[in-house]
Amino acid sequence: MIPSFPGFGLGLRKQHYADFLDDRIDVDFLEVISENFMIDGGRPRRILRDIRARYPVALHGVSMSIGSADGLDGTYLARLRALVDDIEPLFVSDHLSWSRIEGFSSHDLLPLPYTQEALDIVSANIDRAQNALGRAMLIENPSTYIDFAPADMTEWQFLDALCARTGCGLLLDVNNVFVSASNHGFDPIAYLDAVPHDRVRQIHLAGHSQGERLLIDTHDQPVPLSVWHLYAHVLPKLGPVATMIERDDAIPPLADLMAELAIARGIAAGGMEKAA
Amino acid sequence: MSLLALQRDMRDWLTQEDMAAAARIGVTAEPGLAVYQNNYRTQLVACLESSFQRTRDWIGEDMFLHAAVNHIDSVPPSSWTLDAYGRDFPATLARLHPADLEIAEIAAIELALEDLFVAADCVAVGVEDLADVDWDRAIVTFAPSIDLLHLETNGFAIWQALVDQKEPPEPRYLDKPEVALLWREGEQCRIRIVGDAELKALLNLRRGMTFGELCGDSALSLGDQAGAAVVGQWLGAWLSDQMIAAIN
Repeated sequence: MIPSFPGFGLGLRKQHYADFLDDRIDVDFLEVISENFMIDGGRPRRILRDIRARYPVALHGVSMSIGSADGLDGTYLARLRALVDDIEPLFVSDHLSWSRIEGFSSHDLLPLPYTQEALDIVSANIDRAQNALGRAMLIENPSTYIDFAPADMTEWQFLDALCARTGCGLLLDVNNVFVSASNHGFDPIAYLDAVPHDRVRQIHLAGHSQGERLLIDTHDQPVPLSVWHLYAHVLPKLGPVATMIERDDAIPPLADLMAELAIARGIAAGGMEKAA
Repeated sequence: MSLLALQRDMRDWLTQEDMAAAARIGVTAEPGLAVYQNNYRTQLVACLESSFQRTRDWIGEDMFLHAAVNHIDSVPPSSWTLDAYGRDFPATLARLHPADLEIAEIAAIELALEDLFVAADCVAVGVEDLADVDWDRAIVTFAPSIDLLHLETNGFAIWQALVDQKEPPEPRYLDKPEVALLWREGEQCRIRIVGDAELKALLNLRRGMTFGELCGDSALSLGDQAGAAVVGQWLGAWLSDQMIAAIN
């Protein structure tokens, strides 16, 4: 089982490098996008080492493509392993999705049908990745815009089976649960009640936007009240977890993100009403 | 439908707007497919805009967007890293604008600088490391970040003016092609035009010529004294610019 890390953190973005390097910011960990640092050298890699000297760091990937029917990219795994060895991260995570097939890379988190065949393929890919990395991974539930129903199982049943088969843990993105529930008409509370709680090691909190017909996982807004309510609902069911605010676009001043993190801390300490 | 067949259909929808592929994915999938296609194309355009800002400044937003869309339609992304997507963009620009080669050359400069920024680190040799060097037999190893770029137009001067926010010169073909030398001094990316003699010296040293052979070569061309002086100047510049990784 992946060790727990109770704490509150932020996704590290370029706009805040100086804040974190010049001052000791009150976060328990920082999460970085793995691919931004899977490079040979230069300033980005040096900054990550400096950050790591000051804070625990989680590596969060977007391009492993664990759902690819034609397997994983060995070059990618080798580069990620080198980064893992260098940084010694808290967690290594990626998404329950696919982005690459037969030499084509979409650079987007594309959805999977929750079928027995997909479960076999994703399990085999996670096994290979974990062997290559020498450690267990966290897998994040995605926001999806296509429902491949009828499927063999629900998303939470699929995640439960993945954890049992591969020993991976879960990165529970509460915003993604809300977005997918809204887009596909399922109950987010039922999802959060059914997900394997003992496997959750990290939580993402983020915002979304209303598209023409669907909710879009834009990560360019503050965490909305609807997502805070879901976080307050699921948190007491979980063991010690690392909670973080994930913002990828329209990056605000660090103080705004710290204010959101204070809400998360408040919910963890005293519940939704006290935080509000 | 197998997972492989489904993924091929989604790829075909994203890259070619294959409606038959979309129909096989599902009749209710159209709104979601539109979201994924918009994400795909928007992200690639944003990647090119971020990597080629001076090129965009030079040709303007509309012409740049036209080139980006053409590139996305003709060159699907293949690497795990989005940073690699711009690798063939100078070639696309050269194809779209064959009479305006400076456009592709400005893009090539930006691409080379982006690669330089994340090139492998090395500890540069300093003057203090030279005490025990056997110069006749010495092999000079340059830093891994060093790159050379062949230029047929004044694209470098245009790029420099755009960086300095000055009025760029009119584009023109050079009387004689030039070579730009790119390297990283610490974390700073550097670029300068290199002369013929220094270029020849750099290439010879990279091919394994000893420093003694380089001095002999230079003496044949310029005479003993002038040859030694010019090689000394180059060595001094390469050392102070942190271009040398080892002298053995």
